[in-house]
Formats: sequence, C-alpha cells, structure tokens
Amino acid sequence: MAMPGMYVSPEQLMQDRADYARKGISRGRSLAAVEYQGGIALVAENASSTLRKVSEIYDRIAFGGVGRYNEFDQLRIAGVRYAELKGYQYSREDVDARSLANQYAQMLGQIFTHEMKPMEVEIVVAEIDSNGAPELYRIQYDGTVADEQHWCCIGGDSEAVLDRLSDGWSQDLDRDAAVRLAVTALAGTDRSISAQELEVAVLATDNGRRCFVRLEDAETEALLAI
Amino acid sequence: MPFYVPGEDPGTDFLNLLRRNGLDPFPTTLPGTIDAGHATTVLALRCTGGVVVAGDRRATAGHLISHRDMQKVFPADEHSAVAIAGAAGPAIQMVRVFQLQLEYYEKIEGKPLTLEGKANQLAEMLRGHLPQAMQGLAVVPIFAGFDQTRESGRLFQFDVTGGRYEEQDYATSGSGSLHAGTVIKLGYRKDLSESEALSLAVKALWHAADEDSATGGPDPIRGIYPVLTVITDQGFRQLSDEESGAVFADFREELAEG
Repeated sequence: MAMPGMYVSPEQLMQDRADYARKGISRGRSLAAVEYQGGIALVAENASSTLRKVSEIYDRIAFGGVGRYNEFDQLRIAGVRYAELKGYQYSREDVDARSLANQYAQMLGQIFTHEMKPMEVEIVVAEIDSNGAPELYRIQYDGTVADEQHWCCIGGDSEAVLDRLSDGWSQDLDRDAAVRLAVTALAGTDRSISAQELEVAVLATDNGRRCFVRLEDAETEALLAI
Repeated sequence: MPFYVPGEDPGTDFLNLLRRNGLDPFPTTLPGTIDAGHATTVLALRCTGGVVVAGDRRATAGHLISHRDMQKVFPADEHSAVAIAGAAGPAIQMVRVFQLQLEYYEKIEGKPLTLEGKANQLAEMLRGHLPQAMQGLAVVPIFAGFDQTRESGRLFQFDVTGGRYEEQDYATSGSGSLHAGTVIKLGYRKDLSESEALSLAVKALWHAADEDSATGGPDPIRGIYPVLTVITDQGFRQLSDEESGAVFADFREELAEG
C-alpha cells in the first residue's frame, strides 16, 4: 500500500517483518527434536491434546511446528499433500525430507517478501532413512533453511534449550533417554513439565512402513518417572 | 507445493486433490469398449474374532492365463481389506487410490475414517468408475474389516453402479463366486472360529477353481497358493504361502478321507 510522502527503506521493511514474526514465535512454547539409535524423538510443550504441534507427513517423515497454530497447520497439510502427490506420481521411496524442506523454504520465503504479513511460524522436518540415518531441517519464518545435526529446537526459548541439548546428547541414546533429554532441555533447571503438558512422538525404524508413532500420556509419564 | 485459500481447499478428498493437480486416476472419456472379462474368485466371511478374506491368484486374458501369482486381496489400512474382481488394471488402480485416500484422510484429520465411512468412500469411487464399467472395464470389490467401535468383523459387497450392501455372513465376487458362495453357504455357522473360517474359505476356493476355468487352484509345484488373510482387532494379517499350503494340505486329507 503506497502512501504519499512516506518512505520506508527495504531494509527497514524486512527488519520490521522479521521482528513481527519473531515476536509471534517467541510467545509460544518450544519444540525439540533429538536423534537416537534407530529414530528421532520429537517433543513439544503443548497443553492441548487435540491441537497438534507434531504430526506425520509420510512414511519416514515427521513435521513439527511452533508459533501460530492455524499457520503451521496449513503448512503441515500442504506438506502431506506434496508428499502424497509425489509418492503417487513416482514412488514412495522418492519422497524425501530434503525436497520437502526446500518446498517449505520456497513457500515461506515467498510469503515473507510478498504478503502483507509474514507467517509467525518456525518448523522442523525430520526424516529417518531405511538404515536409520536421520535428517533434520529447521525452516524459519523467512524461508531460511538449516540442516541440523543430532538435535534441534524451535520456538521461544530455543537458545537456552539448545545449550542443554548439546550438553546432554550422546551417540548412544535410546528412545526413552532421548525423550527424557528433550523434556529436561525444554523444562530447564527450575521447573518440570508433566506428561499431560507434553506432546511426544517418534520416528522409529522398527515401526514398519509408517515410522511415525505418538506416545500416549501414560507411556510418557512412565518413561519420565525413571 | 499445493496451497489453497479457504473455500478452494480440497479438504480430505484425495481424488479431488489428484484431479486439481492434473492427475486424474480414472479418466472417463475413452472411445469404444474393451472386453476385459470377470475372471476371479474372491470371498470374505465373518468369524468370531473378525473376518477372513481370500482370493485365488489367476489372471486371464481370454482363454490364456496371463498371471499365476496375482494378488487380489489387499490391506486397505491396518484394520480393513479390499478384494477385487473384474478388469485387473482399473481394479488395482482403484485399490491404490483407495489405500491412499484412507491414509490421506487419517493424516489430514488426525484420526481414521470409521469402517462405514471407508465402505462409503469405496462406493463413491465405484460410482465414479461407472462410465468405464459401461465400456467393459467393470470392477466389483468386496470390502471387509474389523469395526473397532462395534468390536466385530463387518463386510460389504458392491455392484458396478456403486451400490453398497452390507452382508452379515459372507460375500463372494468374480466368475467363480457362484460355486464359492454355495460351498460357504452350506458350511457356514455364526460361531465359526478363525481357523474353521480359513478351512471353509479354502474349500470354497478349491471348488470354485474346480468348476471355473478362470479361477486358479493351489499350485504346489510352484508353491503358489490362494491368498488367505484375516482381520481381527490385532489388524490385517496375510498368511504366508507355507501357512496357506498347510490349510490346503488339511483340506486334501479331508477330501481323501471322503
């Protein structure tokens, strides 16, 4: 919308949009993804048990989103559609996280520069290949995509969570240990998070074709009690 | 990446999504007719823990056998199966799109369709397939599954127009269906156990193959046996060729004893 007598530099415009998006994202709770032997655990702090932050995209691919729910859910659905169409047109093995992450990056970049308002979201795309080799991509509100190693965190308090993940991560984590690490990293030192306030899912190579499995609250509670 | 504004969103309809992206799975404007026959025997019958679904392995082209190890019973999802009779190409395509539709719905909505919803979805696909059926490429499936809300097996029969009929005891389809149906009818009881239902399915398939040239029987030389599957609250399970072979071996003894 051009206003007479008013000039805003492109730098300022981008800066304002980025600040706006960051502010929206930082209001929400964080989500952590942690690799372990034979899988990837995705753990989000989420008071709702019906509005999901972590979901299944395809056989070996999972999605995690933080920020504005309606926006990242729109991205989740677009991702499911992209994967299903690609798998239908070619083969299921041709659907991979790298190209999906690139599609998300293109879309978020386009929206960031061309739309009235950027999306107030940050997302993670996780994949586990048939040999158990994991891939993690973090995509930001402006389309910046990063290829993460071993763990990653998105959302409000991500810097502090990342430090705790880096301190606690090791090559030989199993599923339960990975979930516990993610939960303690999200909680920090001065509080604890109950199973009811958590959303936990894993991509596990031992779960047949569809690797994505949600953990029930009772299951999460049991493994956190150890 | 497909991205839609509200109002134009195709929602949970996978077929619509395919069409919107230039991938119509069932093109309907074909000239002329093709005679693709109806060569098969597939059947489903309820048992105490769920439902048994079975089918022979033969595919024919006219009087020739084109495949000896065709799969005609497919898992639709974890707790249901679809068995097909009719033109092989369109039937397999329909099963593939049906499987994708069920999983797609589950992912978009966050929970699976009810068994009734799945049966209606298949009926809808058949209705859309009617123009091709009129051209000789008919598909007549059976849909069966374990209904987790009712905690029992259920089965549905269809016709080429998309008519959907729930059956209480058993259903058969294909060129050998008359013979198979009669055998099941004579041996059926409400309280059949899973293994009794499997034995009855094997008996029905054998008699169908014995009378109908387009239905294949057991092939012990190659180790190819009709497909036997069971759906219970534990989900879909297909018996291995060895397991199916063993059920046929029991039936052979029964025949030998007279």
